Amino acid sequence: MKRLLSGNEAVARAAWEAGVKVGSGYPGTPSTEILEAFAPYPDVYAEWAPNEKVGLDVAVGAAYAGRRAFATMKHVGLNVASDAFFAVAMTGIEAGLVVISADDPSMHSSQNEQDNRQFAKFARIPCLDPADSQDAHDLTLAAFDLSEQFDTPVLLRLTTRVCHTSSPVELGEQRQQRPEPGKYPRNLTKYCMIPANARKRHPAIEARTAEIAAFAESFAGNRVEWRSSDLGIITGGVAYNYAREVFPEASVLKLGMVYPLPRKLISDFASRVQKLIVLEELDPFIEDQIRLMGIALYRPEEIMAEPPYPVTKQIFPIAGELDPAVVRQSGRQAGLLPASENDGLALSTAGLPIRPPVLCPGCPHRSSFYVLHKLGVPVNGDIGCYTLGMVQPLDALHTVGCMGASVGVAHGAAVAGDKERHVAVIGDSTFFHSAIPALINVAYNRSNVITIIMDNRVTGMTGHQDNPGTGRTLQHKETRAIEIEPLVRALGFDKVATVPAYAVTAIEKTLKEWMKSDEPAVLITREECALLPSARNRWLPLEVVSDKCNGCTLCFRVGCPAILQSEQLDPKTNRPLALIDPLLCTGCEICAQVCPRDAILFRNQVQGKTTLQEATS
Amino acid sequence: MRPEGINFALVGVGGQGTILASDVLAELGLRLGFDVKKAEVHGMSQRGGSVTSHLRWGAQVFSPIIPRGEADVLIAFEKLEAARFIDILKPGGLALVNDYAIKPLSVQTTGVPYPGDEILRERLAQVTPHAYWVKGIEIAEGLGNARAANMVLLGALSGLLDLDESQWNAVLEQRVPARFLDLNRQAFHAGREAVAAAV
Repeated sequence: MKRLLSGNEAVARAAWEAGVKVGSGYPGTPSTEILEAFAPYPDVYAEWAPNEKVGLDVAVGAAYAGRRAFATMKHVGLNVASDAFFAVAMTGIEAGLVVISADDPSMHSSQNEQDNRQFAKFARIPCLDPADSQDAHDLTLAAFDLSEQFDTPVLLRLTTRVCHTSSPVELGEQRQQRPEPGKYPRNLTKYCMIPANARKRHPAIEARTAEIAAFAESFAGNRVEWRSSDLGIITGGVAYNYAREVFPEASVLKLGMVYPLPRKLISDFASRVQKLIVLEELDPFIEDQIRLMGIALYRPEEIMAEPPYPVTKQIFPIAGELDPAVVRQSGRQAGLLPASENDGLALSTAGLPIRPPVLCPGCPHRSSFYVLHKLGVPVNGDIGCYTLGMVQPLDALHTVGCMGASVGVAHGAAVAGDKERHVAVIGDSTFFHSAIPALINVAYNRSNVITIIMDNRVTGMTGHQDNPGTGRTLQHKETRAIEIEPLVRALGFDKVATVPAYAVTAIEKTLKEWMKSDEPAVLITREECALLPSARNRWLPLEVVSDKCNGCTLCFRVGCPAILQSEQLDPKTNRPLALIDPLLCTGCEICAQVCPRDAILFRNQVQGKTTLQEATS
Repeated sequence: MRPEGINFALVGVGGQGTILASDVLAELGLRLGFDVKKAEVHGMSQRGGSVTSHLRWGAQVFSPIIPRGEADVLIAFEKLEAARFIDILKPGGLALVNDYAIKPLSVQTTGVPYPGDEILRERLAQVTPHAYWVKGIEIAEGLGNARAANMVLLGALSGLLDLDESQWNAVLEQRVPARFLDLNRQAFHAGREAVAAAV
């Protein structure tokens, strides 16, 4: 049976077929849908953990207990989980364990484009790198077998174009019956990594890597496709598709396992082609290993005078994702393809207004940023939708690095003696993820950082996942929601307040009051994300009373896509009046609160008008 | 007639239903016996930013991404986005444009004006003479819900591509929730009618 599945759905399906019992992880684009697609399968346990490290520890725990398990995360999530990753590399497991990292070349929704294949080599963990949904399905199944065969965790490395591309997949019909797990292991030399045991394990890990490299020679995921011997391409991951599309005549060695590599298979392939290149996205990861084997890669003399390193990265870019156009153009420059007169017509987009991501209409984060902009303080931001507080005209966020960094970075500026008062801004899910230790640090070491926790009652940017504040689990069970305010008080803060997130005046008043003292403080702004189904039910477009509006532009400063400049000009000022797009407006009333001339009707005024119209029509 | 393959690029503004439309096209491709790849990017912010989706039908599809100048069809749910992405279309390809403007915030913050229809049409004409403008929002509003505009566009596309309507119907039944099915069917039909004169 063939079904159209995204790479993420294919991985989830294969995990179920492989008899996986436990899946844990933290949402992160482009990985999020793996656990979401896995959770509804029968006889599985799936959860969102507060962060990736906890998620991987949970999967490790299940695998120690003899049940197949996996953990999912985006590429930067593996940074958070890396302690657990390196630890389990040493111990091995009792049942198959797969760590799934979804990398984001071109940074469609990320702060960097680190190549997590490097983590595999760093930790001596084998790495599988699929090209499309069918491959993702098949390599997921292979990963669990490989894990058990060699007593090792396996890294399944995906990329955005694999995760979020749908293509037909031949499914397995059934779920594998796994052997009944034995008694929980009491194997101290294997599972207690005190120095004496760890010293014995390290050589075993190195030997294991050599055994896996030998296995890779005949691994079904590594395959040679013989076509012309003029050009041979060694490739892995999504780049395989570009190799096939742009060089249809070339012979291809497709590596499903990119670490460790099969030396004999590669040298045999190399010896049978005239020109050998490596086509891979991001780092020269395959290339490095191949050149260390002493195998020479094709080097176009005209563009490379000196022996260059890395060779293939002089041909294909190291930064950004590949696509057929990039590969074709690079191939032409390197003399691998004939020159062409027609590279398509490129039209400049200069002169067209840009349309970058913005906070959605009705976003409850908007009011805090409006106030912060007004106060003019330095704001240390964090990872989530609210990163968009940096965009004009809100322009109220000045640093963004990684998950949970806002609080620590603000504290650092404060203790270093920066003259300005620092505000840290973080969402509810990111607070649970990694801000709690940072807030303990602020409270315990008494800096004057003010933290705003923007609690929109859901993990927003990744598409509405539950988190410890929502009271629901990934598998739709009711559970006890964690109240943020009492938790923050318990961390050692005296100045703590919760206000409705749309309440512009209350936010401004509280922040101004707190700025008079030199104490640490935490403001929780609470209002559910305007795109949640329960919030959508309350959508009510507001209206501008054009007689009252004089085009003062104050409402434009809240940066809402629903507020437009109308064609109508104010007769005195000659400035365009405000206009509200009824298809976009949710009725959050931030603009109505900001308007000094009562020209924007509040919800009750709009409702009153509608009722009156209904009564008279 | 069964073409060898079709590359569709779908562009619009987050919240316009671009993803549902590309889902429908993907299922349809499978029904017609093609290999299919559908690529979308889930970027930051769900509403208000530019969104694109690439959909390819062919005997064997490798790349999920359509390179510039290689789309056979561009479906634009917003007309500025049509102009922005028109060069993904191969010269002389088919452009289907929702005659509807969503002004981006940058119009206010940068002062770069939203281009007039003349400029937009001229830009499209640099790539293709085959640009069809459909009043998707207006037609859908006439049927009671502006959010069905994506189905109006798909209906128009079905007319322009001259693909069997029964296959489309089967896919709509599969992909559209039952309570919205009637509305979406009507919207689809209205879109087909809207371009009937042009075909």
